[in-house]
Amino acid sequence: MRALLPLLLAALLLALPARANEEIVLGLSQAEVSITTNFNGSEILVYGAVKRDQPIPDGPELQVVMTVSGPSEPVIVRRKEKRFGIWVNTEAVEVDRAPSYYAVVTSAPMADVLKRTEDLRHKVSIPRAIRSVGAPMEIADAASFTQALIRIRKAAEQYQVIEGGVTVDEQTLFRAAVRLPAALTEGAYDTRIFLTRSGNVVAQYETIIDVRKVGLERWLFTLSRENAFLYGLMSLAIAIAAGWGASAIFSVFRR
Amino acid sequence: MQIYLPIAEVSVNAFLLLGLGGLVGVLSGMFGVGGGFLMTPLLFFIGIPPAVAVATEANQIVASSFSGVLAHFKRRTVDLRMGTVLLIGGLIGAALGVMVFNYLKAQGQVDLLVKLCYVVFLGVIGGLMFFESLKAIRNTKRGKPPARKKHNWIHGLPFKMRFRVSGLYISVIPPVVVGIAVGILAAIMGVGGGFIMVPAMIYLLGMPTKVVVGTSLFQIIFVTAFTTMLHATTNYTVDIVLAVLLLVGGVIGAQIGTRIGVKMKAEQLRILLALMVLAVCGKLALDLLLQPSEVFSLGAAGGH
Repeated sequence: MRALLPLLLAALLLALPARANEEIVLGLSQAEVSITTNFNGSEILVYGAVKRDQPIPDGPELQVVMTVSGPSEPVIVRRKEKRFGIWVNTEAVEVDRAPSYYAVVTSAPMADVLKRTEDLRHKVSIPRAIRSVGAPMEIADAASFTQALIRIRKAAEQYQVIEGGVTVDEQTLFRAAVRLPAALTEGAYDTRIFLTRSGNVVAQYETIIDVRKVGLERWLFTLSRENAFLYGLMSLAIAIAAGWGASAIFSVFRR
Repeated sequence: MQIYLPIAEVSVNAFLLLGLGGLVGVLSGMFGVGGGFLMTPLLFFIGIPPAVAVATEANQIVASSFSGVLAHFKRRTVDLRMGTVLLIGGLIGAALGVMVFNYLKAQGQVDLLVKLCYVVFLGVIGGLMFFESLKAIRNTKRGKPPARKKHNWIHGLPFKMRFRVSGLYISVIPPVVVGIAVGILAAIMGVGGGFIMVPAMIYLLGMPTKVVVGTSLFQIIFVTAFTTMLHATTNYTVDIVLAVLLLVGGVIGAQIGTRIGVKMKAEQLRILLALMVLAVCGKLALDLLLQPSEVFSLGAAGGH
């Protein structure tokens, strides 16, 4: 068994270039996004090249699909209905995992760059990126809840689909810009690039953009979690001091 | 100038927050209300998550109330004795209110209950105050003397106490009961409770309007400080950056408001407060009655 392992590895290494003769070499304008006090969104430029050891294959042109996905968390979607003359929340569906931010950027219309089966396999489009295992039995149209989630987040620019956002030159160089909104959650933003030909994925690359709070933002956030009591007292002290300060300043003006 | 709030995790315009704080601060100083019933919906509107808005608002009210109460201390319009009695009732009420709130949360539909509470109380209080003040203004115009305080059943209760600043000699039972009732409502509705406390002091306890505002602010400081600590230690939802921006505007506004309030007649002050309360009530009622443009809403999972 022990002797077999290096052999297997060697076989794998030999097999790899044969399977993927087009490889992605990628660069990011910034691999880290720092949330500072005056953070107002950020634009990340993604640029790359296709490395190949053979001439460009004939046939359909190379297309590029890129996704950037923020940390996922469960979300409750509620629906209002009219009961006794007033609008109240009635049914609710819990979506098990929905990314807090999700962008799909493609080099051509989505239908042309990716087949449905490939979308299902790699979970590229927004509905695929959201995982909703099951709604309660009594809710007939569970799909409309997921659609509502996408609609609301799209309106807030948390979910974006930018068709034609990737520029591809000579089937070799590509670049795209992704705009991260001002209301950003901390975490590792999973960035994936797919090269496709006639809708089939031929190469794939994954990297991470690290989004984190820095400086004062980081300090306050950590304090509020780890020393909640102290943080509360500090908030109150600031409030009292500000109240007293304003009163003192105004009494000076009155004299 | 955009500024990123570390706890709320959203980026908002700093000047907008300063302005909102200032506006609510003026109202707070004028009427002796914390302003939470106005500020909390406004914060929702500009995209602050509800949990953060409610908790941070409590912290901001501490600041504007403190600023306001200092101005009232200088004019000797704070009845410390009455304030303390109300506060004792208020803290008992707040503890009861939290229990009621948690019970209702377990039953679901707590959002609806909070909204209905707002509509009913704001409507009843605003309406009563409006008509009463209108009558008082009409009477002064016709030259009738204002109606004297009537002796009613409240004056027959035991444990009498002298409240010199308010010029009252009444039993401590009504103020404690008022304190408890306001405490319960304040905890359920997530506000300081000034807009309920102020009319209760005027109409139930018969305190003079001038003293009511300072005394109400005095007890609001303690109730909201208590709430702030509770939110900060259990839910981690107090955003100090948001609070600072709101309270810088708020404390300045409260000082201005107090000065405006002193110059105005009691009836005018009450009719303005009544109109404001009715406006907020109308807005909330419309939200419940009209079909919303988006019938779906998103919420964080886990809080079943």
